[in-house]
Amino acid sequence: MKPAAFDYVRAEHLDEVLDGLTREGGDARIIAGGQSLMPMLNMRLARPKTLIDIMRLPELARIERKGGSVTVGAGVRQATLLAWPELGKTLPLVAQALPWTGHVQTRSRGTVCGSIAHADPSAELPLVLSALGGEVHLRSTKKRRRVPAGEFFAGMMVTARADDELIEAISLPANQRACAFREVARRHGDFAIVACAAVATDKGVRLAIGGVADMPVTREFPRLESGALDDVLNTFAYELDARDDVHASARYRRDLVRLLGAELIREVLS
Amino acid sequence: MSRLPADQHHAVRLMLNGKPCSGDAEPRMLLTDFLRHEIGATGTHVGCEHGVCGACTVEIDGKLARACLTLAVQVDGCAVRTVEGLAPAPDRLGLLQAAFKRNHALQCGFCTAGILMSLDHFLREVPKPSEQEVRDLLTGHLCRCTGYTPILRAAMEAAAELAGEPAKEKSDA
Repeated sequence: MKPAAFDYVRAEHLDEVLDGLTREGGDARIIAGGQSLMPMLNMRLARPKTLIDIMRLPELARIERKGGSVTVGAGVRQATLLAWPELGKTLPLVAQALPWTGHVQTRSRGTVCGSIAHADPSAELPLVLSALGGEVHLRSTKKRRRVPAGEFFAGMMVTARADDELIEAISLPANQRACAFREVARRHGDFAIVACAAVATDKGVRLAIGGVADMPVTREFPRLESGALDDVLNTFAYELDARDDVHASARYRRDLVRLLGAELIREVLS
Repeated sequence: MSRLPADQHHAVRLMLNGKPCSGDAEPRMLLTDFLRHEIGATGTHVGCEHGVCGACTVEIDGKLARACLTLAVQVDGCAVRTVEGLAPAPDRLGLLQAAFKRNHALQCGFCTAGILMSLDHFLREVPKPSEQEVRDLLTGHLCRCTGYTPILRAAMEAAAELAGEPAKEKSDA
């Protein structure tokens, strides 16, 4: 339960990070708050040759509101975003979901982008990014690109990030319309058995489910009568291909998708 | 940029409980092991080593942190507070520690150091917490002895005492 050996690089300029990733590719890993990566290192599920620490780069530690979106840099800790005075007004879904991410003792270190990079299918931040249709800002020495959440998450802890790319920031649309979040976990702060987020859209509602499939899954629903809604939610619950594990049965997960989904859709459309 | 090679020991200097302190660490050394084996500060306990149990909770630059999810080299130049910093003198308990003793908020004591650090930090930030707020804080810790109720009672009592109400049994403090 100790990490395998690695070189540790304390970056002082962004160029050093990008050069390091270009040179070493998949042998290097970025460390920010460490709340997802350190357990992987301790359990030796990850054995990078080099760790590049980005937490001494002030340019990555910014929360910026530009036009209709909020950009959260790779160095922004979860506790910092939670304490951002504009959060409740600008990103109400994040304000609801973020207290469910880990515990006070981990949010104080863990970063927003770190949770996105880790892409745990039960984590709240990837779910919120998907529900809001946010983007991941990737940067390498060669190019910068923005990947929509729907294309970024590719499987269980698998993302569209290339080995030479840094997640520089994420951006989330601000002032979204009515939204709601609900989660069922064994204890508050544990990974979700099922987490559910809903956001009102022009035609109805976008529902996102975490903790069931290999990644957050979103689906648009039109306004429906409650009988018809129950039917489409039931179909959706089965399509997520829930599995039994030590935390809950597949059947219980489908039940939660139907229950929480209907609750949230009603709440958002009322 | 500084690159610390994997196979070498590197000097780590920090303020530990208000006093300057230094030791050597390989990049892969966890802060828990650095504190316990390199510095000899064994008050910080090591439980799960993946951030779940909370036994190793310390304060880094005034923020709570899991020492097992922190590398020793990451705290170079930082101020670290551990459970050793809570008691005013070696033979005296801090106010929160005394409340734990009065309320039997520990049995085996394995989880206690981490819980004390979380509560010490929390009670400074939230001087008059509700029971629900303390319960929420305690979700970041596992205790297999107490069932948490005595810990909750001790925390609420310490909060009241910090707010100016007298301790229930002064002689224990």
